[in-house]
Amino acid sequence: MMQQSVGNAIGILRQQPWSLWWIQARRLTRIEIRRNLFTRRAWWIYSLAFIPAVIILIHLFVDSHSGGGLNDDTEVLGGVVQFYYVRLGIFFGCLGIFSRLIRGEMIERSLHYYLLSPVRREVILLSKFFAGAVSAVTLFGSAMIANFVLMYAGYGAAGRDFMLHGPGFGQLEAYLLIVVLACLGYGSVFLLLSLMFRNPMPGAMLLLGWEAINPVMPSLLQKFSVASYLRHLMPVSVPADGIFALLTVETEPVSAWVAVLGLLVLIAVVLTYTCYRMRTLEIRYTTE
Amino acid sequence: MNAVNDTIRFENVSKFYGEVLGVNRISLTISPGITTLVGPNGSGKTTLMNLMTGLVQPSRGTVSVLGLSPSNATQFFCNVGYCAQFDSFPRGLSGFQFVLDSLMLFGMSEEDAYHLTEESLERVQLSDEAAHRNIAGYSKGMRQKIRLAQAIAHHPRVLVLDEPLNGLDPMARAESMALFQELGRQGMHVVISSHILDEVDRISDRVVLITGGYLIAQGNIHDVRQEVRDKPMQVLIRCDSPELLASKMFAVNHCVEARIHADGGGVFLRTGDIDEFYRLLNEIAVEGLVKIEAVAPADDNANAIYQYLIGTDGSIS
Repeated sequence: MMQQSVGNAIGILRQQPWSLWWIQARRLTRIEIRRNLFTRRAWWIYSLAFIPAVIILIHLFVDSHSGGGLNDDTEVLGGVVQFYYVRLGIFFGCLGIFSRLIRGEMIERSLHYYLLSPVRREVILLSKFFAGAVSAVTLFGSAMIANFVLMYAGYGAAGRDFMLHGPGFGQLEAYLLIVVLACLGYGSVFLLLSLMFRNPMPGAMLLLGWEAINPVMPSLLQKFSVASYLRHLMPVSVPADGIFALLTVETEPVSAWVAVLGLLVLIAVVLTYTCYRMRTLEIRYTTE
Repeated sequence: MNAVNDTIRFENVSKFYGEVLGVNRISLTISPGITTLVGPNGSGKTTLMNLMTGLVQPSRGTVSVLGLSPSNATQFFCNVGYCAQFDSFPRGLSGFQFVLDSLMLFGMSEEDAYHLTEESLERVQLSDEAAHRNIAGYSKGMRQKIRLAQAIAHHPRVLVLDEPLNGLDPMARAESMALFQELGRQGMHVVISSHILDEVDRISDRVVLITGGYLIAQGNIHDVRQEVRDKPMQVLIRCDSPELLASKMFAVNHCVEARIHADGGGVFLRTGDIDEFYRLLNEIAVEGLVKIEAVAPADDNANAIYQYLIGTDGSIS
């Protein structure tokens, strides 16, 4: 009986037009990436991503780079990732990119063109999500690489040695993984918020507050936070002084792969529910 | 092909927006040809069209188009094109790019998509130069044309058009009407909502009258007019002695109104018994007292039916 049900399910899956969906998803993603990245409205997201790189560039020309400063700059870079990118830059960048994908098009009254195309709504949603993720990762990932290169460029041979033979490259990989997971995590949540609320901003502010107080929450509630998973992936522990102490409360240690898997499960759950919301979405622009 | 797979069907469909009624208990079958939805603003025409295309879901009842449901988007939207009333577009696109992007989502080759884009732009008579300009710089008529081009580009079997003549100049209106007629002749379902009743009246095979979310009447325009028996029918008779004819006809009590045509070459007569009226007219013609040149119903058009059934203020008469 069980085997027959599984057989039926596999049969149904095989009958689906996967190749068509794949073509549609690729084309839709291409259209959406074009809209996300090559528009004047995206300038502030570019700014969010590259402001630290500009500051580090100024620092490169103004400050002297002696050998002892390398460790300090490594900590500074860790702080920039943990306190700026994860908490603010990627957070608000993803808010701008992902809340535009559905809600933005409803405000502009152009979403119906997609809903009247021969594309399953789940394919539309997941393609838009993927396009948003590619756009965000491209912006913040390249900003992260720029930060890294500029931060160690002033140290000459010592900097090159740190990057190529020391822990530098491993740290860059970890930061890029954090960027990818942060974009996927925040992106999925903002996509859902934009489908649930006409104005996703209050929800986003609540999420920002939740992420800030999450480290002091019980461990069960910490599993519903993007930042809490990312904290376990930081390659450099940033000393917590002053106001940062609140944001760096050490919680129960979790291995890197559990953190990655946990966040991916959270993203999958959020996207599944978002697909359900998309399935039942109605176009009533007059109420927007 | 069975009837279900060749018709648009509403079965006891209701749609409520919260506590606001959209449409209520609509049962309707639409066959191939041109069907016009007629009704005042807020009567439920757009709701019917949105239900037909899955942009909103019915609160009760079922809607099927050619036996397909909008939930099966892949098959459904290969057969259906909808030119909605929303006058907005994705930003930063030229008209050509807009239609091309839409077609690319059908999974066809880029070459085919290019070919179909060019063909649809030609059909709506949008010039090549205009098609490659940004839509943001289009006039209202051009935007209407590009929306129509996008709706017909994939050669759908059902074309739903919400106020497609809005914003078009008389020449463009005539061209659009000719296009709708051609599509109707090809066996397509063309469902139009419009308030330019005189024009759609000329091309419609049937009308669906709706007001306050309720279906008032449906069918062939002439049949619907026949059913409105409480409103005396008006007939224009072209003849050499309109005054004499009017006096003769007024001798019978079913004739309630007579009005000489502005050019003096005919008379409008209103009668409560059309069968008796035609019998009497035949007798007068045979007698030879009046030379009758032409007889034509003067109020079996969508406009008159709209006035009789719905009234100018949109209330049910």
